[in-house]
Amino acid sequence: MVSGEPAQAEMLDSKMSTRDLNIYYGPRRAINAISLSMRRNHVTALIGPSGCGKSTFLRALNRMNELIPSVRTEGDVLLDGNSIYDRSMDVIDVRRRVGMVFQKSNPFPKSIFENVAYGLRINGLSDKRVIAEQVEKSLRNAALWDEIKDRLYTPALDLSGGQQQRLCIARALAVEPEVLLMDEPASALDPIATQKIEELIHDLKKQYTIVIVTHNMQQAARVSDYTAFFYMGDLIEVDETERLFTKPSRKQTEDYITGRFG
Amino acid sequence: MTHAATLAAGMLILLFLVLIASQLLRLSLPALRTFGGRFFVSSVWDPVGEQYGILPFLYGTIVSSVIALLIAIPFGVGTAIFLTEVAPRRIRGPIAFMVDMLAAIPSVVYGLWGIFVLAPLVSQHAAPWLEKYLGFLPLFRGPSYGVSMLTASLILSVMIVPYITAISREILLTVPDDIKAASFALGATHWETIWKIVLPYTRAGIGAGIVLALGRALGETMAVTMLIGNQPQINVSVLQPGYSMAAVIANEFTEATTPVYLSAIVAVGLALFAVTLLVNLAARLLLWRMRVRPIR
Repeated sequence: MVSGEPAQAEMLDSKMSTRDLNIYYGPRRAINAISLSMRRNHVTALIGPSGCGKSTFLRALNRMNELIPSVRTEGDVLLDGNSIYDRSMDVIDVRRRVGMVFQKSNPFPKSIFENVAYGLRINGLSDKRVIAEQVEKSLRNAALWDEIKDRLYTPALDLSGGQQQRLCIARALAVEPEVLLMDEPASALDPIATQKIEELIHDLKKQYTIVIVTHNMQQAARVSDYTAFFYMGDLIEVDETERLFTKPSRKQTEDYITGRFG
Repeated sequence: MTHAATLAAGMLILLFLVLIASQLLRLSLPALRTFGGRFFVSSVWDPVGEQYGILPFLYGTIVSSVIALLIAIPFGVGTAIFLTEVAPRRIRGPIAFMVDMLAAIPSVVYGLWGIFVLAPLVSQHAAPWLEKYLGFLPLFRGPSYGVSMLTASLILSVMIVPYITAISREILLTVPDDIKAASFALGATHWETIWKIVLPYTRAGIGAGIVLALGRALGETMAVTMLIGNQPQINVSVLQPGYSMAAVIANEFTEATTPVYLSAIVAVGLALFAVTLLVNLAARLLLWRMRVRPIR
């Protein structure tokens, strides 16, 4: 379904959706009028060749693009039907509700415990017992607890790459977001660590709406329910993952998934 | 060849340090022998009566430097944060350049400005105000003649701000963007990110800049000599004059006509050398502990 075809947004139980989203870097347009809906408690994968705009699109969903001075955003992004770019919407609140995991694991140079507690503390939580409970819960949800429960107060940077990335997921989960954005979360990890992250995504979608950027098509096929194919800033096609990979309706999509370019 | 040349350069520096220390020690021995421990704990500095005690100078040097540091740290670190995190990009360079220029002003010029601008400001405005509202503290008892411990500390603080700012700025630029992004993505404000991520990440480096600035303040001579008042007394009030080790050396070495007097002056130099060395060592130890302490 291309952006020209309406309906898609209305058909699904949409947690987040974009409407005619245009994003510019200075004069250059990186995202062209994309309307895409992301279904509640499902995983939506964004695929496409490097530079196709999928990461830029992802960062528009929690207003992270605003940290780059030259970026301008037009159109709208809705969270539960409300615009996150509306004046009455606090960007702090948006980012708390829409969590993010980055391509390269980026734990703070603090202890494991403090990494997860950080989001709770900046949100005003100070009760030590509540924080400790929430930290444990988040680490369990990120399937990391059993591996590190005996060294909560050691530096997070001593963990392996895969563990660091799961810690970053735990850190994002701690503030209880509604949506989780993942920007190629496993691209820097070995196959075993990647598998753990993918299993985790599968578990997490029961509680969260997940949007994942990946340039690994097998990964998109394994973890997602819906896949959107981006090319040169356009949304070429979005469909149920199985259908998109077996019966793509667009020639460009077919060329990409069969490896003829990209 | 290069290897040998650089080694020689390095050894020469070391040799110089040893030479300075040993000559200072040799020349101060007469005074140290004559007065013993009294030299360091007595506050009587009376060349006419041939009594030499350097406590007022020790006190003046350390107190003026510490006050200067207390004033300069918030300004210096604050400016560095402004220049790296807050200021619009196009004004960052020019402002950083101007702050660097502060370090290029000769200290005698600072001294002159201090005498003609800062000292009158202190005696006519700052001191009366401090006395009126904080006079219940022994720290702020007048009267003030303009030249005082406070005036010297203020000028010192202006002189060391560029050191703190320049080093802090370099260090702040090393904070990876991705951990700042992680903080923002969790719903942190810019302010929270600075206080809880950026500053903890850079505290060791900023600490190093502060140590360098302290070393500069301890040894600063000209501006302090012109503004501290040059009275060999220990006054609790910072509105009163004091004296520093560097200032007494600069003021009196030409008058030191007797061997003991000359030796006493050199011994002040030795003490200044020792204080600077100790402060630097202590600060380095502190920084080192800060770095190795397990983070929680």
